[in-house]
Amino acid sequence: MEVFVQQLINGVTLGAVYGLIAIGYTMVFGIIGMVNFAHGDVFMISAFVALICFMAVTALAGMTGGAVFLALLVALIVSMIVTSLFSWTIERVAYRKLRGSFRLAPLISAIGMSILLMNFVQVAQGARNKPIPPIMRDTISLFEKDGFVVAISYKQILIILVTAILLGIFWYVVQKTPLGRAQRACEQDQKMAALLGINVDRTIAVTFIMGAALAAVAGTMFLTYYGVVVFSDGFVPGVKAFTAAVLGGIGSLPGAVLGGMLIGLIETFWSAYFSIDYKDVAAFSILAIVLIFMPQGLLGKPEVEKV
Amino acid sequence: MDDPPVPACSPRAPAPAERRILMRALSDPILKVQNLTMRFGGLVAVNDLTFTAGRGDITALIGPNGAGKTTVFNCITGFYKPTTGRMALRHGTIDIDAYVERLTDTPNDHLKSADGSLYLLERMPDFQVSARAKVARTFQNIRLFSGMTVLENLMVAQHNPLMVASNWTIGGLLGFAGFRKREKAAIESAKYWLEKTKLIDRADDPAGELPYGDQRRLEIARAMCTEPVLLCLDEPAAGLNPRESLELNALLRSIRDDHGTSLLLIEHDMSVVMEISDHVVVLDYGTKISDGTPDQVKSDPRVIAAYLGAEDEAEVEKIEAEVGL
Repeated sequence: MEVFVQQLINGVTLGAVYGLIAIGYTMVFGIIGMVNFAHGDVFMISAFVALICFMAVTALAGMTGGAVFLALLVALIVSMIVTSLFSWTIERVAYRKLRGSFRLAPLISAIGMSILLMNFVQVAQGARNKPIPPIMRDTISLFEKDGFVVAISYKQILIILVTAILLGIFWYVVQKTPLGRAQRACEQDQKMAALLGINVDRTIAVTFIMGAALAAVAGTMFLTYYGVVVFSDGFVPGVKAFTAAVLGGIGSLPGAVLGGMLIGLIETFWSAYFSIDYKDVAAFSILAIVLIFMPQGLLGKPEVEKV
Repeated sequence: MDDPPVPACSPRAPAPAERRILMRALSDPILKVQNLTMRFGGLVAVNDLTFTAGRGDITALIGPNGAGKTTVFNCITGFYKPTTGRMALRHGTIDIDAYVERLTDTPNDHLKSADGSLYLLERMPDFQVSARAKVARTFQNIRLFSGMTVLENLMVAQHNPLMVASNWTIGGLLGFAGFRKREKAAIESAKYWLEKTKLIDRADDPAGELPYGDQRRLEIARAMCTEPVLLCLDEPAAGLNPRESLELNALLRSIRDDHGTSLLLIEHDMSVVMEISDHVVVLDYGTKISDGTPDQVKSDPRVIAAYLGAEDEAEVEKIEAEVGL
């Protein structure tokens, strides 16, 4: 029971990070039907930007509690802005010209972008793990039984809170504002949206920017949680988040969050109860099983072919 | 400029009232299509088409299947870029003939003067044809956002003013008063069109769940929510029963008379065409074969030949005798 609750807390934290990245995949797939394989590397870049900001601010302001908080806030905001610019540029140079080309063209371009970003960071930042000083190590003990303390750390609270708040804002934008309506319209029929006066190219660019901003939140949280980042960190979390998006039903926002949570929980529970070496095998096996029985994912809409 | 729209071989002179209506295409044009040609590889879908649509007119574009009518629509609304040709649309009373050459010589796609503005539709990206030139259209095969509710379909059509009012989403997110007011106005305007198309009870249903006739009317309502000066309707009466067809006639007349929107119409249902249009342009194999009032066109031997497939004059006369003209 205690182990279960503790792993639940850990799993939800991890799931929140996956969910935030998965939204970027699912939104872009929804609007242009393309898997943006560079999204994982955009996430990695955001973690690096956050790291640089964090180090810069703490170098100036010291490592007191207030300074760390300020540094995290600055890191989050700067990382969101810089990462959005990266994503916007990627869309502009690597995808926009290929829209309307054959389906595989933007996909290959995305894989190329992914390799480019990864290698760029490897050259620019080095191939070693980049750590930040340990921060926010305090935990709150929830209860204790037989000497096992179930605790939630401040980091975990921060991650879960920030994720929940940003998801709320994001959901509101998509459901209730003209921008979100335009995105949903482009998702269904781009040509028709254009004929109603919607600037489709701009709407797609904004979608990339929104996905990147959320990936930047995930990147900052990832850095806070693990304390290290390396150039190849875009790959595995990226693939997991993509899996989460597919598991939840690609194109569906709540699906992406649900998928992220499930992947996070499966991973942590598998590590706790079975074998830590096989945690990825477990997560991807569950994906395969779900897709066999529900090809559209958990919350995706089945594609109805009109006759 | 194009010829007077009375066809040379018209069997009888038009009545004075008809002549007056037709003159509107000449005296107060809203859209001038000049030498429009659209080629798809070796296929010439529209060949050197020239016609004028008058402000406040219902102009019908008719012709046998495959005559190129929908291609003309696709060119006008920015769906296709025409191979050659010019499509000038005006707002206000700016003199088209005086300014169109001047505008053509510049790289711009529009020109503003004290009397109004002039747009060259073939130069505009698709979304600007709707956003700035204010041309709206509906489709032969309905293209609603079927996953969105009826009301949302109409709100999407008002995207641009709402986007500005929401300060590019920031005001919308924080719920600024200016945005809330504008959104309320957008909902009012959507409600107005829902009442007009008798869809108000279905406002919150997904658009895809509406019956066929309702979807057709919703498409018109959505197009009208963009506040167009020119509304292009591609076979609005297709698949409607006779009663729905009559209601459609009333709706289209009201759009013309109460809202000052000019209509361009593709239609196969001749009862609709003859009943409501002020001006008819007939296409066959991408070429204009007749242009005039409904009555003139109806009795034009070339039109009859095109529809009935007759090859020579003698046969036309025989057919005319048979159908009692």
